[in-house]
Amino acid sequence: MADVVKFAKPAGFFDTFVRRPGPIKKNMHYCPGCGHGILHKLIAEAMADFKIKDHTVLIAPVGCAVFAYYYFDCYGVSSPHGRAPAIATAISRTNPDDVVISYQGDGDLASIGFNHILQAANRGENMTVFFVNNAIYGMTGGQMAPTTLPGQVTQTSPWGRSVEETGYPIKVCEMISQFEAPVYVERCALSTVPNIMKARNAVRKAIQNSMNKKGFSLVEFLSGCPVNLKMNAEQMNAFLNEKMTKFFPLGVYKDVADERAPVHHPVPTFDREKVIETLYPQAFDHAVEDNFRYKSPVFQKECKVKISGFGGQGVLSLGHVMAVMGKLRNFNVSWLPSYGPEMRGGTANCSVVFSHKHVGSPQADYNCDLMICMNQPSVDKFLGQLSPKGVLVYDASTISNPPTGPEQTVYGIRASDIAAEMGNQKMANSVILGAVIQMMQECLMNEDEKDDLDRAVEAALNESFASKPELAA
Amino acid sequence: MKRTNKILLKGNEAVVYGALLAGCECYFGYPITPASEIAHTAARLFPKLGRIFIQAECEIASINMVLGASAAGRRAMTASSGLGISLKQEGVSYIAGSELPAVIIDVMRGGPGLGNIAPEQADYNQIVKGGGHGSYKCIVLAPGSVQEMCDLTVLAFDLADKYRTPVYVLTDGMIGQMMEKLELPEPKGRRPLPEWALNRECPKANCIASIYLDTGDLEKVNIRLNKKYDEIKKNEQRAEEYHMEDAEYAFVAYGISSRMARTAVDELRSEGMKIGLIRPQTLFPFPADALNRAVDRGVKEFFCVEMSNGQMIDDVKLSIECRRPVTLINRMGGNVPSVEEIIQAVKAKLGVK
Repeated sequence: MADVVKFAKPAGFFDTFVRRPGPIKKNMHYCPGCGHGILHKLIAEAMADFKIKDHTVLIAPVGCAVFAYYYFDCYGVSSPHGRAPAIATAISRTNPDDVVISYQGDGDLASIGFNHILQAANRGENMTVFFVNNAIYGMTGGQMAPTTLPGQVTQTSPWGRSVEETGYPIKVCEMISQFEAPVYVERCALSTVPNIMKARNAVRKAIQNSMNKKGFSLVEFLSGCPVNLKMNAEQMNAFLNEKMTKFFPLGVYKDVADERAPVHHPVPTFDREKVIETLYPQAFDHAVEDNFRYKSPVFQKECKVKISGFGGQGVLSLGHVMAVMGKLRNFNVSWLPSYGPEMRGGTANCSVVFSHKHVGSPQADYNCDLMICMNQPSVDKFLGQLSPKGVLVYDASTISNPPTGPEQTVYGIRASDIAAEMGNQKMANSVILGAVIQMMQECLMNEDEKDDLDRAVEAALNESFASKPELAA
Repeated sequence: MKRTNKILLKGNEAVVYGALLAGCECYFGYPITPASEIAHTAARLFPKLGRIFIQAECEIASINMVLGASAAGRRAMTASSGLGISLKQEGVSYIAGSELPAVIIDVMRGGPGLGNIAPEQADYNQIVKGGGHGSYKCIVLAPGSVQEMCDLTVLAFDLADKYRTPVYVLTDGMIGQMMEKLELPEPKGRRPLPEWALNRECPKANCIASIYLDTGDLEKVNIRLNKKYDEIKKNEQRAEEYHMEDAEYAFVAYGISSRMARTAVDELRSEGMKIGLIRPQTLFPFPADALNRAVDRGVKEFFCVEMSNGQMIDDVKLSIECRRPVTLINRMGGNVPSVEEIIQAVKAKLGVK
């Protein structure tokens, strides 16, 4: 004769709670009269009925339900206090076909992790949140919760919750339902049979929304904690039905799932060609062989270049073009900008270091070989960093008579004036670049290298402005 | 269109390139100077490859998103700077306790408090010594160039998987902001789903948690974790040695300050001083073997170049069991020690003119 099972666990639970350490494998750890047991059963039934056990991830909170994953026959993960919505977000995005349940208590959701739940709701993550509100901290021993009622005595409100000092109970459903993105928000109570039947429907609706990828659903459950509230069953139900519902009215706060299209998220690609095309840069013409080296003596040692001026003068892009030239001609090169608030108005400078060997310090802050100054404060601040035999190139439109040393070589270029005459003051950096190139060709290079330098400049401009071809032209 | 693997990138950008080439599937982060280019680049490139980018509501959410994605079997990362990392420490402890792989980039800036956005190396203690609650360690990689920002990010994902542990790439605002030429590595395919993942292709019994109420159970977990850290110490020490063959003195420096120290080696050598550089590329495990080899080969004194109040110096002293004098050469507040300063400090200590 077949066994007759009168009362059995829903199939959404493990038959034996193997994840639970210790000898007790058949019972839950919850206290008598606790709402978690009821809600667990409603969820387990729904998971079994909807046949989603093999692709549901349950996120267990900190609080009494910290061990929820002992019981549910699905994937489980334990969350730091309040962070479950962030974890749920990631799992929902990475496993978009899974049902992701964030199971949270009142301290977890409405206090320490409040921002996370608001933001996940506002992003409309495809997840189901079951929020257990029992107006008290259970696991930690009966302290005040964000949902503790005014006047309610707890360990940390021993004379009753004072609204003057601690404010009013936080109304989560009322808040979440104000956002655009969430599709379903309802508050239920785990008290009377009719209320529990409503809660059962709410659980199912929320899970179905997740299965249909409709986005964010939250169901709040007013729930008993007779041990910490020091009540018997009758008092507990009266507290839920008469006192809590006054502050936390039951009902549907939002239900727009039918109007919403399913959420779609991208699928990662690991196609080698697509990755190469996206990350590897275009190889421009005018490249040289890997063993190409300029022969001029100036390039046989590390070269330090400092470029400075006002923010907006193109100081950094001038340095960048030079760095690209170096890269294209097989130098090891570093380009170091000033950054941060300095960049938002005020002065800007960058260091470019070229070497055929390993570049040591990327900072051109002493013995610079070439210094380009595009305003007076730059001369005042940086000229001392120029090598005694270094080269100074400055904008003679704005700087007069920089106090250089006897062995330094100095070129004053009316860069801003020339740029203005050409119709665009912003081109002063290009004028300077032209001057530097000509200086290098005349003073430092042989005939072959002169021609090659022109090609390197052209290639560097093309590469630097590859995303803005009109500027390169 | 012809493509090349040679590219000029900022350090922060190179991290994202490395991550994508390593097959990273998810980036979760919150903007912060001087790490923001990582988020900017990730926002642009991750979705292009169908991978996931979320600007989280805060640092705490982003590290927990990493926890979630990693639990789901995905390669995931986040990035921030010191004060943001301080906020992430709770999550990092959970990730270490749950034995999940994760990659975290810390682009250090000046502290304490709001400090400033200039480069510092003062997160050493919080990153290398654990940082969050509990007896755990993270593997810490310390890139010294933009090339290594890319390469060590790739390595970080592999080590995170190999040891199921969080791995930091600890760098600073200057390496993050500077551009150098680098060669991009070959792209990797998707990492196979680990068997422990919360994924329908994996056993349904899978469960990820770090809670063990039984003190005996938790002690066993701690013992297992610390065995793992011993393995890491044995297998994963990495350091670059520069002119150490005949060195009588040695700099020990990582990250950007190692670059200044390297130039100082060149200049001091040109004046005849036999000095070298040991550049830790891993900070946990600290390259104690390289330091002890140096002691055995006759290094008389070490100089720690740091942009902090002297945090790595403790590990140098412990590694060589204080068998040689170790002198700190440091700047704080976001100042980078100049090559000249470093040289002067060495000469002053050794009484050389």
